[in-house]
Amino acid sequence: MALWFAWFVALAAVAVAGYAAYLLARNRPVDNPLFYAASALELLLVVQTVAGCVALASTDRDIEGVTFVGYLLTCVLIPPAAVLWGVSEKSRWGTGVVVVGMLTVAVLVARLVQLWSGHA
Amino acid sequence: MPESPDGPETPKTPETGRVHTGSGFGRMLVAVYAVFAISATARSGVQLVLYFDDAPVAYLLSAFAAVVYIVATIALARRGPVAEKVASVAIGVELVGVLVVGTVTVLDPELFPDATVWSGFGEGYGYIPLLLPIVGMWWVVRTHRLNRRTV
Repeated sequence: MALWFAWFVALAAVAVAGYAAYLLARNRPVDNPLFYAASALELLLVVQTVAGCVALASTDRDIEGVTFVGYLLTCVLIPPAAVLWGVSEKSRWGTGVVVVGMLTVAVLVARLVQLWSGHA
Repeated sequence: MPESPDGPETPKTPETGRVHTGSGFGRMLVAVYAVFAISATARSGVQLVLYFDDAPVAYLLSAFAAVVYIVATIALARRGPVAEKVASVAIGVELVGVLVVGTVTVLDPELFPDATVWSGFGEGYGYIPLLLPIVGMWWVVRTHRLNRRTV
């Protein structure tokens, strides 16, 4: 997996988390821009999952495959879950759920890079 | 985290007038608990299935922590006095767990050959495992008090 892409995805997740935190601080529920930002991140995560699986299949290095694919798939599941659950809470804390979800994605992507680099 | 002066607002359930641990600020708390429940379960699953013989005590402890997080998450997300009770017990166990395992692992780092969620007071997870039961307990007690006032 191209590491720059993974770092880009992690940065994007942090950026979405930052915007959600801004809304949280302004006492606002999930709004349309946040929804679109999370959707864009989801697209990146789908690309990352495909690229990650291809990279894992074509490398002969010793990567913890189960954990690696587990992280890839979990990353893809988090944004929809966080946004759906966040939208159904009509207060700033719904936005808080999105903050938690996006930060979790960022941490998972950083862990993916660690796994790939062999510092598990 | 910014809060209004009298703490985060908790919307009341229209039907019963009871507040509930899974709404308002509690919604975000449940989200954090869910992250820990899922990650602890996945981690301990991999440990138990693939590496159990390397460090059985640490891995059984990981599995126990995972169960505690699952119970706390579900109890916080559900409404009613029973769920409140279960949540307070689970979070109490979680607090004792992180304090005991944290202390033991700091005093004798050799005891567990591999880390658990609670090792070093949760240092591998940004000390969130130490912070989480404290915030969780505060939230459950607060919800309980509010409900006693309204009943």
